[in-house]
Formats: sequence, C-alpha cells, structure tokens
Amino acid sequence: MARSVRIKDHHAEQRLFESRALFAAALMLLALGAIISRLFYLQVVRYDYFVALSAGNRIRVEPVPPNRGLILDRNGLPFATNRPSYQLELVREQIENIDDTLTRLVGIGLIEKEQIALLKKDIRGRRSFDAVPIKLQLTETELAVFAARGHDFPGVEIRPRLTRYYPLSESSVHAIGYVGVISEEDKKDLDMNEYAGISLTGKSGVERAYEKELHGSAGSQQLLVNAQGRRVERIGRNNIELVRSEPVAGNDLYLTIDQHVQQVAEEALRGQRASAIAIDPSNGDVIAFVSTPAFDPNVFVRGLSRANYLALTEDPDRPMLDRAIRGSYPPGSTVKPMMALAALEYGVITSEATRFCRGQFRLPRVSRPWRDWKPAGHGTVDMRKAIATSCDVYFYDLANMMGIDRIHDYLAQFGLGGLTGIDIPGEKTAILPSTQWKRTSFRRKEMQVWYPGDTISVGIGQGYMTATPLQLASYVATLAAHGQRFAPRLVRAVRDVKTGEIRQLPPKPLPAAKAVDPSAWQVAIDGMIAVANAPYGTARGAIAATNGGPPLYLIAGKSGSAQVFTAASNQRVKKNAELVEHLRDHALFIAFAPADAPMPRIAVAIVVENAPAGGSGYAGPIARKILDAYLLTPEQAAEQEEKMKLKAAAKGGAPAVPLAPVGRE
Amino acid sequence: MSMNYDALDSSRTQRTLTGSARILLALHLDGPLFIGLSLIAMIGGAVVYSASSRGLLALEAQAMRFALAVVAMIMLAQIPPRMIRAATPWVYLFGLVLLLIVMIKGDISMGAQRWLDLGVVRFQPSEIMKLAVPLACAWYLHERPLPPSALSLLVIMLAIIVPTLLIAEQPDLGTALLVAAGGAMVVLLAGLQFRYIAGVIGLLVPAAYVAWQFFLHDYQKQRVLTFLDPQSDPLGSGYHIIQSQIAIGSGGVFGKGYLSGSQAQLEFLPERSTDFIFAVIGEEWGLIGLVTVLLLYMFVIGRSLFLAASAQDTFARLVSGSLALTFAVYAVVNTGMVTGLLPVVGVPLPLISYGGTSMVTLLAGFGILMSLCAKRKLVGR
Repeated sequence: MARSVRIKDHHAEQRLFESRALFAAALMLLALGAIISRLFYLQVVRYDYFVALSAGNRIRVEPVPPNRGLILDRNGLPFATNRPSYQLELVREQIENIDDTLTRLVGIGLIEKEQIALLKKDIRGRRSFDAVPIKLQLTETELAVFAARGHDFPGVEIRPRLTRYYPLSESSVHAIGYVGVISEEDKKDLDMNEYAGISLTGKSGVERAYEKELHGSAGSQQLLVNAQGRRVERIGRNNIELVRSEPVAGNDLYLTIDQHVQQVAEEALRGQRASAIAIDPSNGDVIAFVSTPAFDPNVFVRGLSRANYLALTEDPDRPMLDRAIRGSYPPGSTVKPMMALAALEYGVITSEATRFCRGQFRLPRVSRPWRDWKPAGHGTVDMRKAIATSCDVYFYDLANMMGIDRIHDYLAQFGLGGLTGIDIPGEKTAILPSTQWKRTSFRRKEMQVWYPGDTISVGIGQGYMTATPLQLASYVATLAAHGQRFAPRLVRAVRDVKTGEIRQLPPKPLPAAKAVDPSAWQVAIDGMIAVANAPYGTARGAIAATNGGPPLYLIAGKSGSAQVFTAASNQRVKKNAELVEHLRDHALFIAFAPADAPMPRIAVAIVVENAPAGGSGYAGPIARKILDAYLLTPEQAAEQEEKMKLKAAAKGGAPAVPLAPVGRE
Repeated sequence: MSMNYDALDSSRTQRTLTGSARILLALHLDGPLFIGLSLIAMIGGAVVYSASSRGLLALEAQAMRFALAVVAMIMLAQIPPRMIRAATPWVYLFGLVLLLIVMIKGDISMGAQRWLDLGVVRFQPSEIMKLAVPLACAWYLHERPLPPSALSLLVIMLAIIVPTLLIAEQPDLGTALLVAAGGAMVVLLAGLQFRYIAGVIGLLVPAAYVAWQFFLHDYQKQRVLTFLDPQSDPLGSGYHIIQSQIAIGSGGVFGKGYLSGSQAQLEFLPERSTDFIFAVIGEEWGLIGLVTVLLLYMFVIGRSLFLAASAQDTFARLVSGSLALTFAVYAVVNTGMVTGLLPVVGVPLPLISYGGTSMVTLLAGFGILMSLCAKRKLVGR
C-alpha cells in the first residue's frame, strides 16, 4: 500500500528485540566487567592494605570533644575553667557483652551497681563507635585499679580529658549554674553527635542558658586500633594516613559579676538563708548574685551518687534553691518608695501633705485596727518623712486611697509580678495581687472576693504580695535610674575562641516606668536618702557611712521586715531574738549609691530569711558592705569597716551583729 | 512448521522427560531459571545467617519469605498470558491510586511515607509499580508497530515518570530508580532508535541538575557527596563506604572463611545483613564467592533474556526482557554501591539481602515471566 501506515511486522520486531536485548546484555557485561575489575582491585591489588586495616588492626573513627568555653567575671577572673582529668570510656562496638563488662566493672569497684541501668540506656542512645564516658574524674586509686585489670576489659579505656572545674567552689553557683550528666530530657534539645565523648551539659544558670556558646563543636580523628580495641601506632610497615578534623572549642563568656563584690556579699551572708543582688542601674548588669546556702558544683561534674544527691535535695536549708530568682518573699516596707510614687502618680496625695500618725489605722466598720511598727506612732509626717521613718499608718492610708488595682498597675511597671527577663532560666514571677489575681487564684468562691482590708497590708508590702530578690533589685535599679529599665543580665560579652575577638552583648532596655511628674522620683529618693542619713532615718545607725565627717558617698536605702509569724493584733510582736528561728521575720534591705549622682552606679536588694535582727539592723550593714566593695578602694572599705566596729562597740552591741531597732521598722 | 511437529509428536517427547521435568512443565515453570533463583536464595540464607551473627531467627524469617515468594511465583505462572495482558491497565491504575493514597495519608514509617496500612498487613504500593510499570508499557506497545513512534514514546514516558516521581517524593530513591528502569527497559527493548537513547542521555544532565536543585532530599544529596569523597564524612554516611571496602578488600581471593569475617562479625560493617550484605560475602568468601554470585546473577539474567527472545508475542517479549534487565540493574546498582563505584542508594542485593518485600516482588516478576514464556501445548486449547 502507498499509505505510510505502518503495520506490525512480527519477524522484524523479533529481530529488533533480539538486537536490543543483545545491546543490553553487552552493557550488562560491561558493568559486570567494571565490578569484577573493582573487586580485583580491592581484593587482589590492595589486599595487603585492606587486610592490614581489618585483620587484627583497624581504623576507628573517634570523635574529639571540644573544650568547653570558660566563664569569667567582668574583669576576666575565672569562675569556671577546665582541668585535665582521667575518665573511663567505653566503645560499644568493641564489646561483646555490655552487661558482662559493666557487671565486672562493678566487681572491681569502678562503677556502682545502681548506675548500670542508666549507663546502658546512655550507651544504647549513642552511635556504636562513639566513646561513652562511664566514670569521670578517676582518682589515683581508681587509675591504679584499672591499670592493673584493664586488659580484661577490651573496649574500655582510660582517656585524659579536660573537664569542668569551678575553682571558687560554691561562689556564684546559682548564677553560673553547673554542668551535670546529660539526661534523657536534655537529649531532646541537644545534637548528640556533637556530644560524643562528653557526658556533661549545662544544667542551670549561665551554664545552661549559654550552652550553645560554651559547647563548641566536636571534631573527629581516625585511630588505629587492634582487635582488642586498643590503640596502636602503626600497622606493620604500612604507613596509613589518618584523618583528623580539629574540634572547635566553645566560646568564653564574660559575666557582669564582679568577683570581689560577689565574695564580699557571700562572706557577709554566710551561714544565713539569704539572697543578695546588686545591679548596675545604667544597663542592668548584675554585679553580685548571691543565694545562700549554696553547694559545690564540682560534685556534679564528678557524677553525683544517689545518696549525695538526696542529701542536697533534702537539706532543710535547700542549698539547691536559687533564692535570688525563685524565692518569693513579702517585700515589706521596701515597697514604700514605690507606693509613694504610685500615690503621686494617681494624685491621691501631694508630697508635702502631712498625716498625723497615732500608731494605728482603722477602716470604717472594721473593728480590728492595723498597727504601726511603732506603737506610739510617728506624729506628723509628710511623704519624705513617712519613707524615712517607715511610717506604716501613712502607707495604709495611701493604699486605701488608691485601691488594689491601681497599685497593681503602677507596681507592674517596675517588673513586680512578672519576669525580670534575666538571661538564665528558672525565674519565678511571685505575686503582685489584684482583684483579677484573687478571682483566678482561689478555688473557693468566698476566697475570690477582694476585701478592702486586703489592700491595706499591701500598702506596706505584706498581705498577698510577694517578690523575688531579683525583682526587688530590678525595682531599686529602676528607681535609681528615674524609671529607666533594663532586663538584668549576667553575661556582658562573648569571646570568640577562633578569632579571639570579644563581642559585647548590648544591654536589653525594657519599657520605662513612668511618673507624670518627674520630680516625684526625687521625692522617693529623698525619702530613701533620709532613711540612711537623717537623724530620724530608720537605718542611720546601722549603715551611715561616717563616724563624723562627710560621707565618702551618699547612700539611699530602705529597710523592710517581712512577717513570717502573725501575732494576734493585741499582742506586741516579740523581738526577733526571742522567737524560734523559723518564726523570725525576714530582714530586707534595698539601697543604691551614689544617691546624688544623675545615674547611681549600683543598686542592691538583700533578703535574709528568719534573720537574727531586723531589716535595717541586720540587712542594712550588709548592703553597705556591698556598696563599699564596689564603690571604694580596698583601703577605704577597710577604714569604713573599722569605723563601724568602733561605733557598734561604743553602743555596747555585739560587733558581729549590730543592734537592731526594736520591732518591725 | 516445527512447532506443529513438536505438538503432534508430544506424546513421544513427554515419555522421554523425567518425572520432575514433567511437573515443572505442567506448572509452566522453567527448570534452569528456577534452579538459578533457588541457588541465589540459598546462598542468601547462608550469608544472612552469618551477617546476623548466627541469627537463626533471621534465617528462619528469610526462609519463610522465600517460601512465600515461591508460592507467589508458581501462582502467577499459572495465569494465562492473555489474562495477564487484560489485567495490566487495571493493575497499573490500582497501583497509581495506592501511591496517591500513600502520598496523602500514608503511615509515616522510618521517616518516609512508603507504607500503606491495610489493618492486617502493611505493604509498599511502590512494590506493585515495579511490576505494573513495565507491564503497562508493554501493554501499550503490544498493539502498535515497533519501533515506537514519537507519540507512543511520549505516552510511555508519562506512564513511567508519574509513578517514579510519586515514589521519589516518599522519599525512596532506590525504588523510584528501579521502577523507572523497568519502564525504560521496555522502551529500549521495543527497539528505541539509538538517536533517542543519545537524546535521553543528553537530557539526563539537565534532569540531574533539576533533581538536585528541587527533588533530592538532603540525606540523598549527602549520599552523592559522600560517594564523591567518603573521607569528607568519616563519622556519618562515609562510614558505610569505608567499612564495606575494608571488608571486601580484606577478604582477598579466598576470603576469611564462613562466619569468620571480622568486619562483619565485630559489627564494624553497618547494615551488613541488608543493603551491604555483598561486602559480607566478599569478606568471608573472597573474590571467588563474589564472582560465583555474580555469575549466578548472569545466568539468571541470561536465561531470562533467552526465554524472552523465544516468547511468542510482543507483550511477552517486552515484559520478560524488561524484568530480566531490571533484575540486572538491581544487581549492578547494589554491587556498584557496596564496592564504591556508585553512590549509596537504598537498593538491596536481589534475593540475598535480608528482609523487605522485594523478594516477593522479584519472584512474582519471574512468575509472570514464566507464564508468558512457557512452552504451551498448541493443540487442544
């Protein structure tokens, strides 16, 4: 046919198929040839090389853990370093029977029986060729034991490593945190490939918050090992090129903490359950961060036995508790300057208006009076004097006039009842009460109602109100800076280990606390200066930095006592010294200095639980020591200390604990 | 014609056959092919036992899987060729629908959507496609004159590419490759002009670029990069290649002996009973063992091609030839990967690697091949 329609030609198709099948078969033979030549190359030509690698000797790829970054104080003094130590490591793929190996290690006393389950879990969670640390910081004896028996444990080795070391032991532990054994929980957040050969990670504080900066990244290294998994230098005559990629060490951190000030504060609070925070008002830098009692973070690096861990967690003084950010205390009279600001803000009173204090405050139709700490009353007081003498009645009145929700809104500006935004985890908000708060916080209906009487105690920082020491410090710093606020921070700079370059971290400004009339700030500050300097100031005796002559710098302060024990209203509260310890009041003190500078350099807040004496008497001098340590030269500070001792001796009080004014101030 | 002569003379021929040959003939099974496949599977069982550190359970499971696969093969061999051809478009469409279902709501298994959970059993629809794609291509070409016209080629390309992309997206690069190869082999065997072949190779370069940029997952890219330089990632994916080469190389000509490969037995070699089992053979049986296995594969492939060439119609030829060559691709890709000639792609060593559904699919394919190519009585049908 002429038409070009093609019809099927079965014979042609058969031939076509056969030619293509032959073509495909030829390709296949070509591939086969390639593979067999490759096999010939591997198994005949390079046989010696591979047999050397495999039979009896082989290459092991081993991760090289990075060195953890250092943690330094603001001047470069070390808080956390690394020191060489020996650790026992195990490589799963070189061990025939993990259970047997671990049991025998228990047998020679290198690990504890209770650890086996946990260790096995850790070992299973890693790659088979990764070295898993099973015992850290071996002692001389342990090294000797393993040196004698090591040949019975193929796949288990002692390796020198750099491990975390905290040269100052307990100092600053709650700020710096500590490293501890990686938990299942931690593994969710970590790239475990970067943690080969490492069993520790930041658990709290800066160590945890800045884990990524501090850790660095792992390198790897090829090792020659023999059939027992032991490292050898070479294989026969063959020199084998071993690849090594260097780890990148973690970055060093510069803290805002001043080690000297920190240690002075720690020394002053030793033996108490207490917290002290010092902040630079101009940028939020935390100069000192104390929570006592503390604990030695080095025990976590070593690996804590269960008994030790229980001892730490069940200690009634709770050394593991970071009181600075997790302890909630009634702030007591330390809130008074802020209350004064709030009252001026809402215009319920002027700073010059006076009140006459008779020693108690009454609400209509409420039979129970609210008492002043001074039973006889303070007489006529204006706002500055009310702050200086800590007149309770004046502030009961202010609180009553403002009402709880206005108080709440104003105080919230200072960060109370919220997170301060410090750069370590675990902060608590404490309670800044409001009608809304009470409605949502109580289950029982009758408890949800806010009574006018509830407001009165809040006026002097009692009642439902609580705050953390860090919140108080942040509030004082804000007050000192006339409302300018910063999130407190512990890390000021990061030193890049690769380039050596120091990268400053910018301070984190927060929305400012506002005052409609800017002169209001000075009223509150004047009141606080009077606390520490005026003849009628509650803390004059305890902290005035002079013994005649002009002060070296001007302090503004405010004391506070937080009631733990509620005395019946008709009964006078006993002196603290007479009460059982855990029923004593908490002593508080806030201060900043120099109070006459446009931007004071340091603000502190101190809380001492169940203190042997009151806020101004006990906490006040401690505040002064911290300010001295930061603002004065060592010689000046020593001189001040001497003067204080003389003054105390002249009054006949015990020199260690200056005499407290009677009752709550 | 000789055919007729054979048929007329069948009574005498049958008398000269042995008993087992008669059974094979009755079941439409090809003796040499069946023996070749069984030998490979037996070697596989022995190696799996060694690679799993004397795992009797693994051996048992592998034997069960082989038995199941043989049953599937025998059953498929009984189906008349016309029925297979008639069912082809439906099987293809069914497979395509399953792939779409998997894509939409497949079980996430091992990080990839491959499995379809039917309540009782879970299986990978992509396995169906390994057979359905070559069947469909051959079905389409069966009625048309060969070599195929440009239009036919276009239709067939589409029929191959759609399921391939669906599978590659799961992501299962290995299976996608095998499915595409199955279809491509049909086209090649149908007499594709060499200028087209050259054209396709020319297209592969830009296609590879596009795939690299848009379709390949990071881990797949990593495999290719590692293939180019295993030392770049000695802790990660390069580890496989380094260790498998050490295993093969250290086996030498005669091997270290059964159950005595230190790379395999001391677990230096990862995935030693699955994708990297070829290295275990190399370490324990040496070059001799590997060449034996390769020759067995050659025998199976050659026998299949021979059967395909002597089949009676286009459909049978194309399907059988494609299945034979895909089997070859399987073997070449896996052995190439284990010896470091090709990048690591998840393709098991056919009939030897432990586990997977691939053994059933493979023998099912040979069942189809036997059905299509079996010598049938021409009289009395």
